[in-house]
Order: sequence, then structure tokens, then C-alpha cells
Amino acid sequence: MSREVITCDRLGVVLGGAPVLDRLSLTVYEGDYMAVLGPNGGGKTTLLRVILGLQQPSSGTVTVFGAAPGHFPGRIGYVPQRLFFDRDFPISVHDVVLMGRLPKCRPMRHYGRDDRRKAEEAIETVGLTRLTHSRVGTLSGGELQRALIARALAGDPELLLLDEPTASVDPEMKTTIYDLLDTLKERHTIVLVTHDTGTVGHSVSRVACLNCTLGMQGPASSLDTAVLESLYGHPVEVVLHHEHHSGSSKPDDRHA
Amino acid sequence: MPDILHFEFMRNALLAAILSSFACGVIGTYVVVRKIGSISGGIAHTAFGGIGLGYYLGVNPLLGVIPVSLLAAIGIGLLTRKAKVAEDTAIGAFWATGMAAGVILIGLTPGYAPNLFSYLFGNILTVPRSDLLLIVLLDFLIGALVWLFSKEFLAVSFDEEYARVSGLKTVMFDLLMLSLIALTVVIMVRVVGIVLVIALLTIPAAVARMFSRTLRGMMALAVLFSILFNLVGLWLSWEFDVASGAAVILVAAFVFLVTGVATALFRTKSA
Repeated sequence: MSREVITCDRLGVVLGGAPVLDRLSLTVYEGDYMAVLGPNGGGKTTLLRVILGLQQPSSGTVTVFGAAPGHFPGRIGYVPQRLFFDRDFPISVHDVVLMGRLPKCRPMRHYGRDDRRKAEEAIETVGLTRLTHSRVGTLSGGELQRALIARALAGDPELLLLDEPTASVDPEMKTTIYDLLDTLKERHTIVLVTHDTGTVGHSVSRVACLNCTLGMQGPASSLDTAVLESLYGHPVEVVLHHEHHSGSSKPDDRHA
Repeated sequence: MPDILHFEFMRNALLAAILSSFACGVIGTYVVVRKIGSISGGIAHTAFGGIGLGYYLGVNPLLGVIPVSLLAAIGIGLLTRKAKVAEDTAIGAFWATGMAAGVILIGLTPGYAPNLFSYLFGNILTVPRSDLLLIVLLDFLIGALVWLFSKEFLAVSFDEEYARVSGLKTVMFDLLMLSLIALTVVIMVRVVGIVLVIALLTIPAAVARMFSRTLRGMMALAVLFSILFNLVGLWLSWEFDVASGAAVILVAAFVFLVTGVATALFRTKSA
């Protein structure tokens, strides 16, 4: 059995008096490409925040790389759902990606040649080389998402955590992003959370369903629509193996 | 113009304009991109308590402003980030408390309080040499800290949550940045006064942002704009015999308005 990367044991989180996560147990192993599925408000983002050490659990335990969350920032690459930022902020794609080197670069030191090289490699990996020196506020939703993935990759992380990587992206770009993740799964353990069930069969190795407690955890092929339907409360279309179109008819909210 | 340089006060005024613009452009850039103008205004007004303290103790009021403005920066920072007090509440409380303390301390000081007006609205023509030295020292301190922590400040300014996930002590850097704002307020008190500080902390940087692609470029440009506003304001105050601090602010506001309107027109045209 491969090494445990994330272990949640009867994890509970109460926010403002309401339980957001309740007795959640989940293990992510090295080399996993896991999709955590669940409806909006199901606690997916909270789970990520706990793993990142941004949110304290109310009960239960969580270990990441065998230690308390937040202990090894340099081993985790985080891709937030959507960067809430000022589009007028004077910063280039290159400098945003360079921030991914923050845990690897000592305090009171400026980024060095090695950091710049890693940033450029990451930008190339996500296919944004053309836009390296563009101001980040001029990017489209899909380009921004890829820049954020590059930022996470620049730090050479072992574990990639992605929060709704396709939420602000148009359908064609979704495919590109999942193709990109496909190439990354060889070298990284990946956990992505999404409410978009169309992504499930998309070469992930494991699926976990989340609606307060973890409903199911298993290989992607064992995905059962009945479980998903009971989770979402309405029929759910599950597309397996490289058929891209999902049942989701959510309007495209790309902000260019 | 050269004949006005025969006066020592005028040479001091020009030096003060240039030296204060450094801190103002660099720190003002953070104030603008982080949208913390109102905290800065709160720190500046609380500093009035420091001026009162200086009068009461019979020392240079600027020496009273240093501890009080730092106290305001740390106090507002901790209240909002640790005690979860709403930011505008914390700002309002410090703002009024500082002003009240200042008024009472000045009232308790025997005799007439000279130059009080100049601490409120600035008078760049009366900056003594000793204050220029203090401004130089603070410029160095601010410049050195910004240089050392530029990547941390950038990360905290652009994406605070990511900075925290990356293992940065973001609250510490927040408090450090607010403290640098407090020291900038000390520098600006002589030039434009505590009431008008906020305009010079925001307008040069806001104008600079329209022409900048990097934070560093924005800082450099903001310093230049600040020097420009100061020199033009100083010249106007000399020519028309009006208050120098207020003249500087009106010049800045005029340029801000013009560039703002021009940008808006340009954007509608290209859209």
C-alpha cells in the first residue's frame, strides 16, 4: 500500500453553530488522483481549508504528510476556486507564479535565478508562455485558472489541491484544464473538489462524495449514479472515460 | 525660481518635499493596492494625540507622534485581525480617541500652543533642519524594511490567503505594514499635516497605478508624482501666498481628476 498523504479521522467542523462537516473519514494515498464531489454548500471548500490549516477542526483529527495541517506548506500546491483580486493590481503572470516559490525561498531574501526558472517552467507546463509578461488582470477566466495552477506547480509540490478548478471557465477550456491535470497526475498526488459531476469519469483514480459525511469512497469505475442522485436530490448524469460533455447546464460565468 | 532658493527655509522646504515623497510614494503604493486608505486616515488622526503629548511634555511634537501613531497602527491591526472587531469601528474609536487625547493634553499645557495649525494642515515652509534629519532616518528605515520584505509584502497584498497557506505569518506582516504607514504619517505631518496626509498617501500612488505594470514601477512613479505635486504646490503657495499643505493637496487632486477623466474617456472609446 502506498504512503498516506492525507488522513481525516472522524473530522467535524462547526461554523457559526451549524455542522459543515460531520464525522468525515477519508484517506488519500500517494499517487491518488481523487475527485471529491458534492453539491454547493456540502463542505468541500471547508474540507480543503482544514487540510491547508486555514480552518481548525471542531472534532476528530487530520494529518497531512504525517503532521498537523499547515506544517509542510512547501509540499502542497493550492489552487483556490477563484482568485478574488483587484484586476487593476499591477502584477504580471510571471510574478504571480513566482509567489508559488514563497515556501521555498527564505525570508528577507529576494527570489533567485532558480526560482525564476521554476516559475517559467510552470508557466510553460500550463501553456501560458505567450502571456508571461501580461498583467494578470487582463487574463480570461481559463487563462487565470491556468496561471493559478502554474503558481501551485512552481513550488514543486507533492500534493496538488484544487478547489472547483473549472467553476469560472467555459466548456472548451474545462477540457484543456482536465487534460492538463491528466499530465500532472504522473508526478503529483491530486485532490480536486467539484460540484461538476461531468468530471468524475475523467481519468480520476478515486471518487469521494461529500454531503456532510462521506457517502462513498472508491475507484472511479464503481461510481453509482444512485448514490449521486440521492446526494444531489435530482437526476445526475455521469459520463465515464473521456466523454467531455456533462449534464450540467450551469451558465458560463467567465469574466473576461 | 532660483532667487527663492536664497532663503534657507525654501531650501529646507524643497528637501522636505523630495525626502517625504520617497516614503509617501512607496508606502502609498501599498495603501492603494490593499485599499487601506481609511486605516491610514485613522492612524494619521490618532497621531494628533501624539502632538498633544509632545506639547505637554515640552518636546518636539514629532517625537510624540512616533509612539502614538505606532500604537494606533498596532492597535487597529490587532483589534480587527485578532479580536474580530469591525474595521471601521476600530478606526473610528482610535481616530476620535486620539483627537480627544490631543485636545485635552494641549489644554493641560500651560500657555498658548504655537504652530498647532501647522501640525493639522502642514507648513512645509517651517520645516527645521532637525526634522529633516528625522525624515531622512525614517526614509532609510522604511526603504530598508520594504526592500527586505518586498516578496512577503507583495504576497500579502495580492493574495493574503495564499500567503498564509505558503506559511507566511500574515498578521505579523500586516502589522509591520501598518507600522510603516504610521512612520510615513510622522514624516508627512510637517509637510501636509495630519488631516491632509491621507491625500498624499493615496493620490500619487493612484495616479501612478494607471501607468504601471509592476508594483516596483508604481512605487517609483508615485514618488515622482508626489515630488511633482509638492513642488508645484510649493510654488503656488509662494506665488499666491496661500497655505502650502492645502496647495499641494489641491494640485494632487486636480491631476487625479484629470487623469481619472482621461482614463474613463479612453476606456469608453476603446470599449
